[in-house]
Amino acid sequence: MGEVDGFLIELGLLLLLLGVLGTAARRVGLSPVPLFVLAGLFLGEGGIASVTATAPFVEATAEIGVLLLLLLLGLEFSAAEFTASMRRHVPSGVVDFALNAPPGFIAGLLLGFPWQACLALAGITWISSSGIVARLLSDLGRTGYRETPAVLSVLVLEDLAMAVFLPVLAVLLAGGTPGRAGVGAVVAVAVVIAMLVLVRRYGDHLGRLLHHEDDEQILLRVLGLTLVVGGLSYLLGASAAVGAFLVGLAIPGETARRAREVLTPLRDLFAAIFFLSFGLRVDPGAVWPALPAALALGVVTTGTKVATGWYAARRDGVGRRGRRRAGVTLIARGEFSILIAGLAITAGYDEIGPLASAYVLVVGVAGPILARGFGRRPARRDPVRPHRAAP
Amino acid sequence: MDVTEILLPGVGVRYEFDTDAGVRMGVVAHRDGRFEFVRYGREDPDAALPLVLFSRDEADTVAEILGAPRITERFADLTREIPGLAAATVEVPRGSRYAGAPLGATRARTLTGASVVAIVRGDGVIASPVPGEVLLGGDALVVIGTDTAIDGVRRIVTS
Repeated sequence: MGEVDGFLIELGLLLLLLGVLGTAARRVGLSPVPLFVLAGLFLGEGGIASVTATAPFVEATAEIGVLLLLLLLGLEFSAAEFTASMRRHVPSGVVDFALNAPPGFIAGLLLGFPWQACLALAGITWISSSGIVARLLSDLGRTGYRETPAVLSVLVLEDLAMAVFLPVLAVLLAGGTPGRAGVGAVVAVAVVIAMLVLVRRYGDHLGRLLHHEDDEQILLRVLGLTLVVGGLSYLLGASAAVGAFLVGLAIPGETARRAREVLTPLRDLFAAIFFLSFGLRVDPGAVWPALPAALALGVVTTGTKVATGWYAARRDGVGRRGRRRAGVTLIARGEFSILIAGLAITAGYDEIGPLASAYVLVVGVAGPILARGFGRRPARRDPVRPHRAAP
Repeated sequence: MDVTEILLPGVGVRYEFDTDAGVRMGVVAHRDGRFEFVRYGREDPDAALPLVLFSRDEADTVAEILGAPRITERFADLTREIPGLAAATVEVPRGSRYAGAPLGATRARTLTGASVVAIVRGDGVIASPVPGEVLLGGDALVVIGTDTAIDGVRRIVTS
């Protein structure tokens, strides 16, 4: 085969494979993310087949996939929703971090990882998958449930925390001293707060600059801005993903809605390739030995997430059953954990790859299954009867 | 009636209230325009039993039937920059077949998508008229919508 036809056929087959896997996952009510990683494992070096012709394309596409994941996350929530969640649920966010990050860090220490890799692992166990959890809530018809605002608030706060965590991690992984990372953290916090304030005051101007009747224009303008800001924040030593997140955050109401519509299919495509490419970079032979550790870590961090959800829902005055539902819904880890692991691997901490893949496979699959199993509607339904008019 | 409003980040807004008959109701206004009606159970007060889900159009129709102008949503939209949205006054001619008929009978919003947000009658203004408000010849309707929709309303009331 020549270069072009080889490339086209291989890419086409890859996309078809991802399509089949995605359909299969959705059919049984699972997230496709772990399956995409699994496919990458099998197709990489040491797997059953090897992706060669498309390798450079997949790598470049994966980078854009990360930016799009974060951009859409920023677009998903409005600045008002961020501030409302912060006002009400900061203690839940603190509990979330205090319970879920240490297990990852300790596991890393036990396995003899360098401390930078342990920190990445802490991030991996800390962050629930907004994508999987949001999907679960809508699939299970839980948007009207009383614990749902608490669940969503925990997700929102994790996303905000990422805007600080990722730059700090990037500095430390690149060999920066904790002192420099501290400076990075302060800068990141300042930037995020400044953004939230600026967006509330001047967001409309940015919206007007980016807005256009034409979908094509919105696509080009928002995507262009995201790539430029992502590249600049990479240049400054932060992670490019954070820049993309801030762009999403800065785009206001109506423009954000249009941008979400236009960019979601693009995000799905590029992110799928990103998950695949993560699997490609991990040696499948090393995943099996990492499985017991991943299982143990999965069990522990399932418990800590349930406790987190319990606590957050109790703050909203939700009953025992709702608290348990909230906890179980939050178990799944996915795109963010992969993203953090990807950063660590890029920085040369390869040892994290097998454990992170195995961990996301375990929790990314178990999370939705547990959430479906636990939160069933009460068997005795309250009958919906027409009520007589009040006296 | 006490209505509690709860923000659902990334989803929309949930409203909660008790009916006189003792049912705790919830209405989830999704960001994409869908409306979900639920009620809360007795056994598990935090679980919502689904009652009905309306699409944007269905919700519009129900709102019109109930006579509740959806002020919040429509006016929030107005403050944003929406290309093509306009406001205009449409006069009800003395000979119009809707002179003497209730506003709802024109089915202006259902047919054109434009909203009548006020009726100017003589020196007075009836803000947010309900569909039962009877129109008189010589009234001026304040209409908000696209230019086409406003023309549509004009055609209806002058017919």
